[in-house]
Amino acid sequence: MTIQVNGEPFQTEIPISVTTLLKEARVEAPEYVTVQLNQQFIRRDDFDTTVLSDGDVVDFLYYMGGGSR
Amino acid sequence: MIHLTRSDYEAMTAYARKQLPNECCGLLAGKRSGGDAFVEKVYYLNNTDASPEHFSMDPAEQFAVMREIRQRNLALIGNFHSHPATPSRPSDEDKRLAFDPSLRYLILSLAESGPVLRSFRIRGGEAIAEPLHIEEEESHWQMQISRN
Repeated sequence: MTIQVNGEPFQTEIPISVTTLLKEARVEAPEYVTVQLNQQFIRRDDFDTTVLSDGDVVDFLYYMGGGSR
Repeated sequence: MIHLTRSDYEAMTAYARKQLPNECCGLLAGKRSGGDAFVEKVYYLNNTDASPEHFSMDPAEQFAVMREIRQRNLALIGNFHSHPATPSRPSDEDKRLAFDPSLRYLILSLAESGPVLRSFRIRGGEAIAEPLHIEEEESHWQMQISRN
């Protein structure tokens, strides 16, 4: 099946969770990543149990922030 | 090296001043050519912390911007934020929260007599400054991209 991940096609032969997808994408700090599935936010607590389907559109991005001191 | 047009630089500075006393933030989209990055579009995001000493981008705004960047066939080149009262260098917090080594991290300081904008690459908690060139004519660096 094919999933769109950040605008790029991602192929997988077996259903995978959001957690697995982030590992496949070599996300090193998933605790700082926000995920949308078909433009709906996925709670971090649900990453393990949210299984992706053919045609799903997944976007993820890192938290961006900082401080001057 | 990162290239920014004079008009974008002046708009960033005006935005940072308008957001005082708080920090401001935004995203930079453009194209890469060799080791250079050329900013073509600056996106101004809300600082959800509304703080003079910290910033956080709104993920909903980030997602919307990322989709627009893809539609424009551009790439996310980096981000920027202001330091209202400290120099243009990454703080420990800036370095701790810089997760993407492919990005440029621009810091606009308003602490000195004039604005100071610098660009950094941050990897493994280490920040390295890189040259930033303010281009007077946008067409100049568009020609550079087409030549490479």
